[in-house]
Amino acid sequence: MSRYVRRFSRTERLLHWANALGFFVLLSSGLMLYLPSLAVLIGRRPLVKDIHFWSGIGWVTVLALIVLLGDRRGLLRTARELDAFDSDDLRWLRGKRAPQGRFNAGQKVNATLTAAFTLLFLVSGLLLWLGERDTRFRFASTVVLHDGLMYVSVVLLVGHLYLALIYPATRHALRGMTVGTVDEEWAERHHAKWKPE
Amino acid sequence: MTEPLEPTSGQPEQKRYGRGLFLATMAGGLSSLVWGKSVWGHVSKAIAPVEAFVPLVPSGGWRIYTVSGSMPTFDPATWRLSVGGQVEEPVSLSYEELRSLPRVSEVSTFHCVTGWTVTNVRWGGVRIADVLARARPLPEAAALQFVSAERPYVDYLTVQQASLQDVMLAYEMDGKPLPREHGAPLRLVIPEMYGYKNVKWLSQVNLVSAVQDGYWEALGYDRDAWVGHSNGYGAAPAQQPRARGV
Repeated sequence: MSRYVRRFSRTERLLHWANALGFFVLLSSGLMLYLPSLAVLIGRRPLVKDIHFWSGIGWVTVLALIVLLGDRRGLLRTARELDAFDSDDLRWLRGKRAPQGRFNAGQKVNATLTAAFTLLFLVSGLLLWLGERDTRFRFASTVVLHDGLMYVSVVLLVGHLYLALIYPATRHALRGMTVGTVDEEWAERHHAKWKPE
Repeated sequence: MTEPLEPTSGQPEQKRYGRGLFLATMAGGLSSLVWGKSVWGHVSKAIAPVEAFVPLVPSGGWRIYTVSGSMPTFDPATWRLSVGGQVEEPVSLSYEELRSLPRVSEVSTFHCVTGWTVTNVRWGGVRIADVLARARPLPEAAALQFVSAERPYVDYLTVQQASLQDVMLAYEMDGKPLPREHGAPLRLVIPEMYGYKNVKWLSQVNLVSAVQDGYWEALGYDRDAWVGHSNGYGAAPAQQPRARGV
């Protein structure tokens, strides 16, 4: 019988799913504003704009609340894990087989980029909103940054969904993000340097 | 914060690359507010040959902006363009009558005030002077009011601005009848000014004594929306572009 070990805390899972839900709402409402074919089909641009803006504000507010009210000590430990790259991580990133910790190096890169992109989405989105109201906040490149972040995020998301839902060797990890635990043998194969508590 | 990281293998040396990556991404993203548009301009040029076969950017870079709940629909049988205000004889043109006026065409670049640009747009349509000729504007008429069928969108140009070289009322775009989302069947085109002056779904042109605030001007945008010289993008031009003449 399989033994399960805890990989993600409740705070980590909540943060992940709040981020995912917010991202999907923002991506779909954003595409309704961005893609002419969807804009024509749906219309009601002022309403979609309001939904997009307030979803964005709600998204970062909820993320901030989870960080503030959740297990901050645990999140800090996680942040340190994501920050630290050893020689195995660097070998892994070069496509070599190398033992990995609770996060593999790709997950560290993905989590770091996701955090930075969230802040950049927030800054560029606020500048777009403010720029429509006051020319001091208007920069010709704001829209390029906001759209560019969307394109790169979608590429990261597609890779993330493939590994989490489809690729046989890694999709077991989804269990860690839903119920919090993963199979111990799977953990030993994929995260050999991780010592679960 | 100073708590040491737990050694996890026989190779304890750990570099803090995570924060480096985070800071580099933030620095790159924030600084792109300065260089993003020009770099994107170069990228667009580089991918242009591929774009001819595989559209990489949706709809050639256009975005569709509207201010109301739905886009006006166009019925050629009932559509009219009315020309009124300070004129000797108010007129109302059908789509067929409009199409019978002398056709002009031009290629120009469309600039949106929010930062995006579409190059080499092929417009076909009529000169404003040809539309006004039958109505005969009165001497006191100094400006034109362009009313959109998308209420409450409206904007204004001075008579001088409306007489600029390449200002037109377009019913064709890129060789096809103007699509609905671009203002079918008729829109104003003034390439010297940002897109919000290029009124879509045009239904009325009224001669008036002075320019007033249009839809976006009432929300703080500049009346004289010169590309690169208004709305916070540089000082107003020393002199206005050359008019075609009356």
